[in-house]
Amino acid sequence: MDLRLMLDRPTGAERAAVDAILGADQSINGRVVYGGRSARAQRHLLLPALHAVQDASGTVSRGALAYICDRLTVPPAEAYGVATFYALFDVDGAPGPSIHVCDDIVCAQYGAEDLCAALDDRGTSYHRSPCLGQCDRAPAVMFHEPGTGYGTAAPVDPESVATPVFDEMPPGLVHQDLSELTLLSRVGVVDPNSIDSYREAGGFETLSRAREMGPDAVIDELKRSNLRGRGGAAFPIGIKWEGVRNAAGPEKYVIANGDESEPGTFKDRLLMESDPFAVVEAMALYGFTTGATQGYIYVRGEYPTAERRLRNAIFQTERARLMGDDFSLEVRRGAGAYICGEETALFASIEGHRGEPRQKPPFPTESGVFGKPTGINNIETLLAALHVVAIGGEAFAAIGTGQSTGPKLFCVSGAVERPGVYEVTFGTTLGELLQLAGGVRDGKDLGAVLMGGAAGVFADRSALDVPLTFEDTRTAGTTIGSGSVIFFADRTDFGPVLARIARFFRDESCGQCVPCRIGTVRQEEALTRLASGMPLGSVDDERKRLDDLALVMTDASICGLGQTASSAVQSAMRLGLPGVPA
Amino acid sequence: MFGAGGGTSSYQEIEETDLIVMWGSNARETHPIFFHHVLKGVRNGARMFAVDPRRTSTAAWADVWLGIDVGSDIALANAVGREIIAQGMHDTEFIEAATESFEDYAATVDDYTLERASRITGVPASAIQELAHAYGSAETAQICWTLGITEHHNATDNVLALINLALLTGHVGRYGSGLVPVRGQNNVQGGGDMGALPNKLPGFQDVEDEVLREKCEGIWGCMIPPEAGWHISRMHEAMDEGVLRCLYVLGENPLQSEADAKRMRERLESLEFMVAQDIFLTATAELADVVFPAAGWAESEGTFTSSERRVQRVRKAIDPPGEALDDIEILAQLARAMGHDFPTPTAQEAWDELREVSPLHGGMSYERLEAMGGIQWPCPDESSDGELFLHGRLWERPVTTRRAPFFPVEYAAPVDELTEEFPTRLTTGRRLDSYNTGVQSGRYKSPRRIEGAIDLSPEDGAELGVAEGEKVRVVSRRGSLEAPVRFDDSLRPGLAFMSVHFPDETDVNVLTLDAWDPKSGTAEFKATAIRLEPIGASAS
Repeated sequence: MDLRLMLDRPTGAERAAVDAILGADQSINGRVVYGGRSARAQRHLLLPALHAVQDASGTVSRGALAYICDRLTVPPAEAYGVATFYALFDVDGAPGPSIHVCDDIVCAQYGAEDLCAALDDRGTSYHRSPCLGQCDRAPAVMFHEPGTGYGTAAPVDPESVATPVFDEMPPGLVHQDLSELTLLSRVGVVDPNSIDSYREAGGFETLSRAREMGPDAVIDELKRSNLRGRGGAAFPIGIKWEGVRNAAGPEKYVIANGDESEPGTFKDRLLMESDPFAVVEAMALYGFTTGATQGYIYVRGEYPTAERRLRNAIFQTERARLMGDDFSLEVRRGAGAYICGEETALFASIEGHRGEPRQKPPFPTESGVFGKPTGINNIETLLAALHVVAIGGEAFAAIGTGQSTGPKLFCVSGAVERPGVYEVTFGTTLGELLQLAGGVRDGKDLGAVLMGGAAGVFADRSALDVPLTFEDTRTAGTTIGSGSVIFFADRTDFGPVLARIARFFRDESCGQCVPCRIGTVRQEEALTRLASGMPLGSVDDERKRLDDLALVMTDASICGLGQTASSAVQSAMRLGLPGVPA
Repeated sequence: MFGAGGGTSSYQEIEETDLIVMWGSNARETHPIFFHHVLKGVRNGARMFAVDPRRTSTAAWADVWLGIDVGSDIALANAVGREIIAQGMHDTEFIEAATESFEDYAATVDDYTLERASRITGVPASAIQELAHAYGSAETAQICWTLGITEHHNATDNVLALINLALLTGHVGRYGSGLVPVRGQNNVQGGGDMGALPNKLPGFQDVEDEVLREKCEGIWGCMIPPEAGWHISRMHEAMDEGVLRCLYVLGENPLQSEADAKRMRERLESLEFMVAQDIFLTATAELADVVFPAAGWAESEGTFTSSERRVQRVRKAIDPPGEALDDIEILAQLARAMGHDFPTPTAQEAWDELREVSPLHGGMSYERLEAMGGIQWPCPDESSDGELFLHGRLWERPVTTRRAPFFPVEYAAPVDELTEEFPTRLTTGRRLDSYNTGVQSGRYKSPRRIEGAIDLSPEDGAELGVAEGEKVRVVSRRGSLEAPVRFDDSLRPGLAFMSVHFPDETDVNVLTLDAWDPKSGTAEFKATAIRLEPIGASAS
């Protein structure tokens, strides 16, 4: 850390915004500067500080960046590297409002390009955004008003897109009978802004029950439940929590991974927006069980409503003295980086760095955020864990199949009649899920289904009979992944879909591993050449090139992004989907 | 005060101390090797304070930076001492057992209230108090300084003010606590150790001490003048008086390194005869009547001594080019030319003679230096492995040797006063990639090089109405020069900085004042009063 500070100065508003995060500047008249250890100890507040100035002015000016760097003793070059890593920090733009139009694969089916065209016609500048997690009400835009903050609007039409109106998540988007559900049972029933409403519905009873049981008994129940993580890796939760509990040292962390960025995934958003107190209760349970004293809920930057409601839920829970005496919980907001859903990248992001994944081992239970033992689970998993303690491990294990226990949420979107989050038990088939969502839209036939989002695989009609379990999907060569299920109608041209997926990975690669950094670009280039009928060499040469890229990215990237960046493209080519070079 | 001029502590101690006070030292740039040990200390949990008018790259690492006015160090140190006493944080047992004159000191510093010191230094009282409490309550603490303390008209008093703090708190003579003057070049320490001081024989033996002098005379077989010689500032006066008429300059570039360069040139040109011995033809050498080309460090055999008093062997790697000769060879030939029987000793023979002369070095044979990876003096005989830190004797009870006296000192403002005509304080210093007058470092390129510019705060630049890169005229009471402006956030309004590295382009010593410290002879490079005049012409 050798500071070579920039000479730009912040505006009064920018200074105030940063001071609100970092505390008032203790430095006096250019005569005394408090830095060193106390400044470095605040390094993890770099992203919150950047958010603060971005929120205040709509951009991160050089003056604001210089001031943040001065306060945190971070070299400007490094802070600039962090700011530019995250899509939602605008270091080049002029101050003012901004619009982000989702043009990802689901919104594209619902007219995202019409929105862009409408904005182009008006001469309104906008950002194209990857999936905003509003696939159940596509097409979506996110907009930012300096001084007010972020909001999302969905669905929007070309007439209103330039003047989007903030849209509080309407309750009750669940299309199922709530009384039969567990994870979604409170959605639209409990007031997400009221702890009293949550407690009337039995909230925080599980936590007090856990406190009576003690941590070891909680872990026993989790083990008995055979609950496995819902984030994609399906790791047994009892073992993970036990690992954190048994980890050495007094300083431990637990993290709720709410950085739900996989295209076509929005279940965690629904839970955070509609049942935020349950997320908080689950985190208090997590802290109590593992002995962690600090928890974080890392929320996608594109989920402003979820963030606001979680902050409120934490505030009310603490005020009601329900959090636990030696546990504090904090919301951290992402800033537009898919990679930060990867747990080690998420740690780096909380620490105030570029969201670059780390090599594992060491695993998080041993060395996670700030290099300390850390438990991290996604939102759905945490609510499932809460449910385990509520009903007992054995009862939970009785739901679903032997290997895949409990209820499971799926995000059904695309060409279906009723897109939304659906709660089923493991073992339900894909076809049954499609029926729940009302079948293919407009009475069309099914073309294909993309399971697990951009990092997932395409499947055709033959997958409809496969039971949705970890084991059955693996055998069938599909995946449950993030729980994203995007349907495509018959006669869809998959060329643009693959192009969007390829662009997504090219944009979102953190750039750390060469195979992924270069491979995602080369993959997109090859697909572009094929789509425009100008292959380099023969079409076969290009296919072989794509296969080679897939192999090297899968084998030689350290994290899941690079390892799955070719998965959808490869599966589409295998299936010979329309518009895909065969 | 303690007798010998060397840092009391070892590098490893700064890695394990609780508190590091970098006082008038931008070691990050001027002694990066030492600072690397400081960083280890910081990483190991040490708190760090930086006292410096500029918020240097060293200060950027500090937990607290105190941006004092140039030359107000004594007021700060005395106020720290007063506050420590007022809070009862001083080590009464140590003071009682191992020091003298505490009452005088306490009486002197009593005038330096936090408020008064705040007025003099410009630093808020709360920060001064914080430094006092940190130093007074630390288990172990190190004060490190460089030229920010010593390049003043009252340099010695500055150092004494810091030493007083160490005596007050017992932060000396113990592992992890000490006083560290950080040397700016690899062998500055060694030069002093060898007796390249006007009043010392090798090993800091007083030249005016008859017994010591006679011992040396016996070994050397010659007469040693019984009075101390002249330090450099006195030599300047003697040149002005016409008393000093012949000068032999070894490895120095006084024409460009000394304050008030204009006067310095007049002095050197007025000499009847000058010899320069250097590895390059310096600006000074160009004025000389005779130039002896000398061998560089890779071309010589010998020893270097670091800031932690560690003597290390240096081995010759290549032969000197052309007519250049090893310094020993030049001196021996010169002696022979003067008619003495003076065979050229090898480096080892010269060293072994030193070991006879200097009790600090007696046990340091070449074999032991090599086997032990260097030895820290004192090492009087071969049964000694040298000392990690000095003055452990002060912790013996009772103290059988001389007690360490407090030397109360008073604040005195810089000589070159700030007035309406000269309202800006110019201070000078070094940058990481360059060394002194650039004789050695100017010959290679550096991506970090900042050529001779005058650094100003952006606020002063705006007030002056100049842009970066634009040239301004810098005027002091002695001279003026033109230099491009560079804006630097480490400076506050009213404070300017120039490096000393580019005398050929921007000779900062045209501006500086050669007021000097009567005790050490060091000139006040750090405090010049200037004014800035825009001249409108762009540098580019």
